[in-house]
Amino acid sequence: MSRNNRLRPVLISAFIFLAGISSVQAQQQIKIVGSSTVFPFITSVAERFGKNTNFKTPIVESTGSGGGLKLFCAGLGNLTPDIASASRRIKLSEVELCSQNGVADIVEIKIGFDGIVLANSRSVELVDFSQRDIFLALAKNIPNENGQIIANPFFNWREVNPNLPDVKIEVMGPPPTSGTRDAFVELIMIAGCETFNWVEELKTSDKAAYQALCQTMREDGVYIEAGENDNLIVQKLVANPAAYGIFGFGFLDSNTDIIQGNSIAGISPEFENIAFGEYPVSRSLYIYVKKAHVNEVAGIEEFLSELMANKASGPDGYLADKGMIPLPENEHELWSLRAANLQNLQF
Amino acid sequence: MNRHFSVRSKHLATRHRFEVIFKWFGRISIFLALGFLVLMLAIIANMGAGALQQTRIALDVPLLQEGFDINYLDEADYDGLIKSALRQRFPDATSRSQKRQLNNLLSIEAPFTLKKYVLKNPDTIGSTARLWFIASDDVDLFFKGSIELAPEGNAGRLISEAVAWVNELKAAQAIKTVFNFNFFTGGDSREPELAGIFSALVGTALSLLICLAISFPIGVLSAIYLEEFVAKNRWSDFVEINITNLAAVPSIVFGILGLTIFINGFGLPRSSPLVGGMVLALMTLPTIIIASRAALRSVPISIRHAAIGLGATPIQTIFHHVTPLAMPAMLTGAIIGMARALGETAPLLMIGMVAFIVDVPDSIFSPATALPVQIFLWADSPERAFLEKASAAIIVLVVFLIIMNLSAIILRQKFQKKFCKNNF
Repeated sequence: MSRNNRLRPVLISAFIFLAGISSVQAQQQIKIVGSSTVFPFITSVAERFGKNTNFKTPIVESTGSGGGLKLFCAGLGNLTPDIASASRRIKLSEVELCSQNGVADIVEIKIGFDGIVLANSRSVELVDFSQRDIFLALAKNIPNENGQIIANPFFNWREVNPNLPDVKIEVMGPPPTSGTRDAFVELIMIAGCETFNWVEELKTSDKAAYQALCQTMREDGVYIEAGENDNLIVQKLVANPAAYGIFGFGFLDSNTDIIQGNSIAGISPEFENIAFGEYPVSRSLYIYVKKAHVNEVAGIEEFLSELMANKASGPDGYLADKGMIPLPENEHELWSLRAANLQNLQF
Repeated sequence: MNRHFSVRSKHLATRHRFEVIFKWFGRISIFLALGFLVLMLAIIANMGAGALQQTRIALDVPLLQEGFDINYLDEADYDGLIKSALRQRFPDATSRSQKRQLNNLLSIEAPFTLKKYVLKNPDTIGSTARLWFIASDDVDLFFKGSIELAPEGNAGRLISEAVAWVNELKAAQAIKTVFNFNFFTGGDSREPELAGIFSALVGTALSLLICLAISFPIGVLSAIYLEEFVAKNRWSDFVEINITNLAAVPSIVFGILGLTIFINGFGLPRSSPLVGGMVLALMTLPTIIIASRAALRSVPISIRHAAIGLGATPIQTIFHHVTPLAMPAMLTGAIIGMARALGETAPLLMIGMVAFIVDVPDSIFSPATALPVQIFLWADSPERAFLEKASAAIIVLVVFLIIMNLSAIILRQKFQKKFCKNNF
């Protein structure tokens, strides 16, 4: 019996512990899901909101834009997120999914921009790339002047354009699941692709061939998918000065002592250039709010006003210090007003 | 005879040589393995050491009478007080970028530090308060020497004027490093200088408790049933194969299972240690069952024969004699499974524990994150100062693991000794 007695307390405490899992309700707290690009910004706001008000600090999950909107559109109720962030605009298919699941009224707020940079180690010279140069270096297949599609023959930047440096092409960037990759393809690869006149015609005549040509990245080791960890890319750039890396402006801004951003189409990726829309590779950052939750979960309106306050997302706000490119003043005012009025999304 | 002996001794020499070579290979491989381990720990410790130090700046803040309403002390403009105190200290900041940099010398915690001070000492209003405020991450890294001065006079994100201010503070002995208690007591933060590991540590501890509470009893009981009671037939073979397969299933699959069953099915709260622990329990269950069955099998058959021979029922035999003997090995199995669960992030991703959560979880229902998730989130942040935080968090994770293994060993030996003393 003595051996049994030794086991018993263990079992009993385990059962008490399980019994302790009673029906305590989870406390109401704002839940935010979405883009990993918006994550560092929205978490800054969430933290200050928690510090400055009596509301609990919102929970922010980094799920990616698409994953976040999927969760957001899953329905209403306290098991679903109240706010979704995205590094692109919500798609029509997502709005339809939302309304199918009863999420009818969605408030859309544009909070700022993010620039995508092509950076390298500070130990080598800055280069000015055109979108066409980058496309020719990184596309799987490229069009030639005779209207034919050939496999990408280039392995040195000088072969792409005689004005570029004589180094091996080596670019590290995000995988296809990333929103940064989508924006990069859209703003650089497609733009570079369309500099060939006959490709423009292909767009109308054979859409599938056009997309395959313009949107497919190289798979022969020249373009290296470096995963979602941009800090890793920064470290690799320092170790290998011949390589270039593709990531968001925030990472360049935090590491200006070791890496530098190269200009694209003659415009360097500086704060002002991105803010005034001159730098060609920038995208908008959005958040989406469930209107039906505003009265259910305490603090949503207060959170939005913290987010859209001048000291946060305004031109001189703390989000700018975190690497987000703020909206121009009049546009910021417009979106702040829409946020305050909880104006519905318009397509 | 003589010839025969010489042939044998030649063979013997070769065999002895082989033995010596093999021993050396063994020693070299152990040495290499240990060397890599030490190297890895040394690198991480070196990178993480900075996180244990926190830079503080002394600043004189004039608490003017007109800035306060004695009845509403917590509504005073503490942010403004800090800003004007900084401007007073460094009047040479005139341009917009300089002013901005000036406000970034101190952490965003500074106004709250001042507020706490004033609420505690309301009689100091009217005088000047000299307080040590937490410095911002850029100043912190520069002062600790993690960022080098560029030839242009700036250091990382600090412009050359700010570098001069820090040097001036250094000369005036108004800047120092202190032990970073906050790292062990605070929750997550987007400001590296304020980020702490405590909420993740509590999240991990709660999840593992749930995991142990669920997987250990179920694992051990199913092992006993499968090993001792079930009839060996096709059905039991099928179960056995499936348990072995389950042990090898990638952990993310358990995360998806948790999402669909526990969160979507049962409606349990997302991001909670309860769901996290349940998912980890599913993951560790096969490991515990397999280890426990092996432990039961290793108990000598004579124990069973003796017990049955003295008139014990099969249940008594198993619970009074066999299981206590097998317990140490079962505990080892449980600890191995728990150690694996401790390092998991993939299943937690699906159930929403990969999230920015500031508050320390106060129950198994409140949102929480876990240590490996915290390391992942910090390593992924753009601010450079998070690198040392991530390294320090890795050290905390390793220490947590060592404590877990150590307690398992102690527990195991205690069980073993007591049994031996009483029964043999």
